[in-house]
Amino acid sequence: MSDLQLLSLLPFMVLAVASVVVILLIAFRGSHTVIQVTGFIMMCLVVLATWYVKDTLPRLVPPLFIVDGQAALFTGLIIFSVLVVGLLSYIYFEEREENPKEYYILLFLATLGGAILTISQHFISFFIGLELLSVSLYALIAYLRTRNHAVEAGMKYLVLAAISSAFLLFGMALIYMETGTMTFPGIAEKLTDGISSPLFLFGTGAMIVAIGFKLGLVPFHLWIADVYQGSPSPVTAFIATTSKIGAFSVLLRFAQTVNLHAYPLMITVFSVIAIASMIMGNVLALRQQNLKRLLAYSSIAHFGYLLVAFLPGSKAGTEATIFYLAAYSVTLLAAFGVIVLLSTGNEEADRIENYQGLIWRKPVLGTILTIALFSLAGIPLTAGFLAKFMVLSAGVQQSLWPLLIVLVLTSVIGLYYYLRIISTLFATADRPVNIPGPRHPFFYFSTYAALVVLAGALCWLGIFPGMVLQGIRSFLLLH
Amino acid sequence: MGVSLHVALDGFGMVLLLLTFFLGILAVLCSWNEIRERAGFYYFNLLWTLAGISGVFVAMDLFLFYFCWEVMLIPMYLLIILWGDSRRRYAAYKFFLFTQAGSLLMLLSILAVYFIHGQQTGQYTFDYFELLRTTFQPGTAWWIMAGFMIAFTIKLPMVPFHNWLPDAHSEAPTAGSLLLAGLLLKTGAYGIVRFVLPLFPEAAVAISWWAMLFGVTGIIYGAFLAFSQTDIKRLIAYTSVSHMGFVLTGIFSFSEIAMQGVVMQMLTHGLSTGALFVMAGMLKERLHTRDITKMGGLWTSMPAMGGAAILFTMASSGLPLLGNFIAELFILLGTFTVNVMFSVLASVGLVLSALYGLRLLQRVFMGAIVVTNPVRDLSTREMLIMAALSVSIVALGLYPQPVIDTVHHLSFTLQPLLHE
Repeated sequence: MSDLQLLSLLPFMVLAVASVVVILLIAFRGSHTVIQVTGFIMMCLVVLATWYVKDTLPRLVPPLFIVDGQAALFTGLIIFSVLVVGLLSYIYFEEREENPKEYYILLFLATLGGAILTISQHFISFFIGLELLSVSLYALIAYLRTRNHAVEAGMKYLVLAAISSAFLLFGMALIYMETGTMTFPGIAEKLTDGISSPLFLFGTGAMIVAIGFKLGLVPFHLWIADVYQGSPSPVTAFIATTSKIGAFSVLLRFAQTVNLHAYPLMITVFSVIAIASMIMGNVLALRQQNLKRLLAYSSIAHFGYLLVAFLPGSKAGTEATIFYLAAYSVTLLAAFGVIVLLSTGNEEADRIENYQGLIWRKPVLGTILTIALFSLAGIPLTAGFLAKFMVLSAGVQQSLWPLLIVLVLTSVIGLYYYLRIISTLFATADRPVNIPGPRHPFFYFSTYAALVVLAGALCWLGIFPGMVLQGIRSFLLLH
Repeated sequence: MGVSLHVALDGFGMVLLLLTFFLGILAVLCSWNEIRERAGFYYFNLLWTLAGISGVFVAMDLFLFYFCWEVMLIPMYLLIILWGDSRRRYAAYKFFLFTQAGSLLMLLSILAVYFIHGQQTGQYTFDYFELLRTTFQPGTAWWIMAGFMIAFTIKLPMVPFHNWLPDAHSEAPTAGSLLLAGLLLKTGAYGIVRFVLPLFPEAAVAISWWAMLFGVTGIIYGAFLAFSQTDIKRLIAYTSVSHMGFVLTGIFSFSEIAMQGVVMQMLTHGLSTGALFVMAGMLKERLHTRDITKMGGLWTSMPAMGGAAILFTMASSGLPLLGNFIAELFILLGTFTVNVMFSVLASVGLVLSALYGLRLLQRVFMGAIVVTNPVRDLSTREMLIMAALSVSIVALGLYPQPVIDTVHHLSFTLQPLLHE
C-alpha cells in the first residue's frame, strides 16, 4: 500500500481512532461533557481530513476499497449527520439516569461501519461495514434497556438484521460461485463475457433483500416502525440518516459497477419495490398517532421515491439521489432535534397531541418543525421540493411514467398526514403542556442554534440549490 | 437547469393583476374588524397569497409559474385552518389535497415539455417563449396537456373536480373567500388560456367539445345546487361553479368574441361574487350564522346592505347595465357560432341564475322579520368597500371597451386554433 493510498484512507482512520479515544477517556473517567466535546472535535477532524485528501481523489485501494468523489460525498453526509446526532445525544442522555458514556463508542463504531460501506468495492469490506453498523445498532437501539419498547425494538432489529445478513452472505456466496471473484469490478468483468446467469440474478436478489431491509423498503419494512419508536430519539435519527445513507451508497456502487440497470429483471424488481414502498409507506402513515412511527412510515415512502431516481441509472439520477439524501437527512435531523428538545427525562415527546399549539408556545421550535414537515411534503421554498423535483426530472428523462404517476399520487396521500401534524402545530393549545427548561444551558442553546441552522439550510437549499448542486457535480466527476 | 426569473406582462395579465390588487385592498379592508387573533400572522398570509397570485399572472418561466402556483397555496391553507369556521380543518385539507394533486400532475407535464424541448433543440430551458416552439407528437401532446388541464380545471373548478370549492369557500374567513372566489379561481382560467391553448393547439381542439360539455354541465349543475343550499356562503360558492362553467365553455369555443367575454367574466365574477362573499361575511359578523333560514326581513334594519345585495345579485344573474351581462352575452354569442346546442343550454343557466339569486334575496332581506334583536347597517368602512365594488361593476357594464381593447391580443392566441 503506497503512501497516497494510505492518505486517502485518512478520514476513516481518524474515525476509527475516535472510538478508541472515547474508550480511553472512559478508562480515565472523563465526564460526559468531556467525551461529548472530544467526540465533536474528532468528527470535525474527520471532516477536515476529508477536505485535506479531496485533491488526491480518486484513489483505488485494491482490493477492498475505492475512495472517489461519490464516496467522499456520502462520507461527508454521514459525518455531518453524526455531528448533529452527537449534539442531540448530550441533552437527551444527560436527562436520563443511564450512563451515556459507552453510547459514544457505539455511535462512532456504527459511523465507521457506514463510512466503510461508502468506499467498499469488495464483498468482504461490504460485509464488515454492514456488520459493524448493525452490531453497533443492536446495542444502540436497546441502550435505554429499562424503558418501554427498547428491548422489544432491539430484539426485533437483532433477529431481522441477522436474517438479512444471512441472505446477504448467501447472495454473495452464489455470486462468488458464479464469477469466482468478490470484487465488484471483477464481477463486472466476468459478466461481460456471457449473458446473465440465474445464479448471479438469484444472488443479487438475495443481496437486495439485505439492502432492502436496511433501507426499510417494502416488503422488508416490518421492523421499521417499532424500532423507530423504541429507540432513543437520537438513535432513531441515526438509523434514519447515517445507516440508510451507508446502505444506499453501497447499493449504488454495486449497481454502477456491475451495471445492474442492464438487467430487465432487476429493473422490474426495483420498480415493484419502489411502487410498493411508496404506496404502503404513505398509506400506513395515514392513521399514526405517534410522530416517530409516522416518520418511520414516511421514510419507507421516501426511500421509494429515492428508488425512482436510482432506477434510471443515469448521471442525473445519481445526482438526484445524492441531493435527495442530503435534503432528507437535514430535514429529519431538524425534526428529530425538535423531538429531542421537547422530550423530558421520563417522557418521550412522540405523541402528536404533545405538539398541539407548539407554534404559539415555542415559536422557534414550532417553525423549525413546520419547515421540516413542509420539506418532507415537498412544498416549494424548501429543500424537499427541489429534491423531489430532481427525482421527478430524472424519472421523466427516462420516461418512467408508471412510477412517476404513483409517486405523484402517493405524495398527495403523504401530504394528508403532514398537514395533519402541521394543523396540530397551529391549533390552539387546549391544555398547558410543561416543557423542559434549559437545564444544561450551553448544550441546550447550541442544540437550539444547530436546529435553527438546519432549518435555515433547508430553506437555503430550497431557494439557492445551485452551489450545492455544483459541489455534488464536481465531486461526482472524481471517479 | 434553465430556470430564470423571467416575468412579463401583457394586456391579459395586466387586467388580472389590476383585479388582484383591487381585491387585495378590499380583502384587507374587510378583515379590519373580523380578525382579532394573531393579526400580524394573518396579514402575513394574506399578502403572501397575493404575492403568489401576482406571480402566477406575470411568470413567463414554467418553473417560476409552478413555484408561484404553489406559493399561493400554503398561506391560503393557513388562512382557512387558522381563521376559518367550525369545519375548517376538513375544508383546508380538502382544498390543499385537491389542488396539490393537480399541481403535481402539472409539474410532471412541465418536466415532460422541458425534456422534449431539450431533446429537440439541445437547449434545456423552462422559458415560456422558447417552449412555445416545441412540437409534440399528437399522442404525447394529449397526455402532457392532460396534466396541465387537470391542474387548471381543479382550480377553475370544472364539475367533477369542484368538490373542494364549497367547503373551502364557506369555511374560509371573509377575506379568504374573497380571494378564493375573486382570484384563485381565475388562475385556473388564466392557465388554460396562457399555457394550454398556445402550447398544445391540436390537442386543445381535439378536446374542445368535451371541455364545452363539461362547462355547460357546470353551469346548470352549479345553478341547481346553488338553488338548494341553505348556507349562504355555500350558495354563493355554487354560483361560482356555475359562472366558471361559462368561462370554460367560452375558452373552448375558440371564438374571439367569446374570449373577450371570458376575460370580462373573470373580472366581473371576481367583483360580483367577491361582493356577495363580503356581504355574507358582514351578515355572519352580525348574526353569527350562515344559515339563510335564520335570516329574513333584514331590509328594515339594513336598507343600505339590502340595496347593495340587490345590485350584486342582479349582477350575478347577468342583468343588463352590469358587467356580467356583457360577459355572458359575449360568451353565448361566441359559443352560438360554434355549437348551438351548448349555447342554448348555457342560456338556461342564466334563467336558473335568476332563480337562485331571487331566492337568496327573498330569504335574507325580504319576508317576515326573523331576527328580532337590532342589527346595525353598514359602517363607513363597509360602505366604502361596497361603493368601490358597485362603481366598478356598473362601470364595466356601461363601458367595457377599455378591457376589450386591452385583451385584444388574445386573438393571436386563438389564430392557430382556428386553423386546426
